[in-house]
Amino acid sequence: MVTPIDRTELLRLIREEDAQVVDVLPDREYNEAHIPGAISLPLRQLTAETVSALRRDKPVVVY
Amino acid sequence: MSPRAACRLERLGFNKVHDYVEGIADWKAAGLPTEGTGNPVQRVADATRPDVPTCRPDDSIAEARTHTFDAGWDECVVVDCDGIVVGRLRANAWETDHATTVDRVMESGPTTVRPDGLLRPLVDQMAKRGTTLVLVTTPQGHLIGAVMRADAERLLSGEPPEQIWRDCDGCPGRWAVTTGETTRQLDGGTRYEQ
Repeated sequence: MVTPIDRTELLRLIREEDAQVVDVLPDREYNEAHIPGAISLPLRQLTAETVSALRRDKPVVVY
Repeated sequence: MSPRAACRLERLGFNKVHDYVEGIADWKAAGLPTEGTGNPVQRVADATRPDVPTCRPDDSIAEARTHTFDAGWDECVVVDCDGIVVGRLRANAWETDHATTVDRVMESGPTTVRPDGLLRPLVDQMAKRGTTLVLVTTPQGHLIGAVMRADAERLLSGEPPEQIWRDCDGCPGRWAVTTGETTRQLDGGTRYEQ
């Protein structure tokens, strides 16, 4: 079940649960500006192979 | 786009998936820092220091004065119980009766700016009007911090932020986020905690 969150909850997840922040926008937009520390995984490239770098025991936050 | 990505991640076996629905636009609007190459223009957030002292409308001048001077400032921002800016107490307020409450002396509805505005035009406008400090709030009026013209001018002249705000934790270039047992120092941004 995907949980929609706001900025406050995002900051809490980063601070307290070491959440992995994933930017799913196209590369060009990621390169222009992204949340510090966010990983770039554009929606079109979201496959079992590309997500293998993400840890499954930590929360994942997409935007 | 992010809801589809979140669903896909779930299908790929992730069970702790969250969707920051408002995304990068909301992040920027709150004055939080970003990384990236397409952001060479300095924004108000890049010169906003968060350590401005605050007081409440029903505080006495004596209380507000002590708090403000202890913080090393000569004026404070008046916020209500929700953290919304309602006034500004300038240095001349300290000359009034110390038993008076802040709301009787404060400047109501002070000028505020948004963190995602351009810094250069703001500084030019401040110089033109002889303003030395302007308050920065969210679009909803919550206090983020203050831009001091002298600091902003140094930043615009190319001085590194960590040099300008050398002794201010949480100031531009000097903020960090604590995650579990480790602290990640993030360069070049404004502030992370709200």
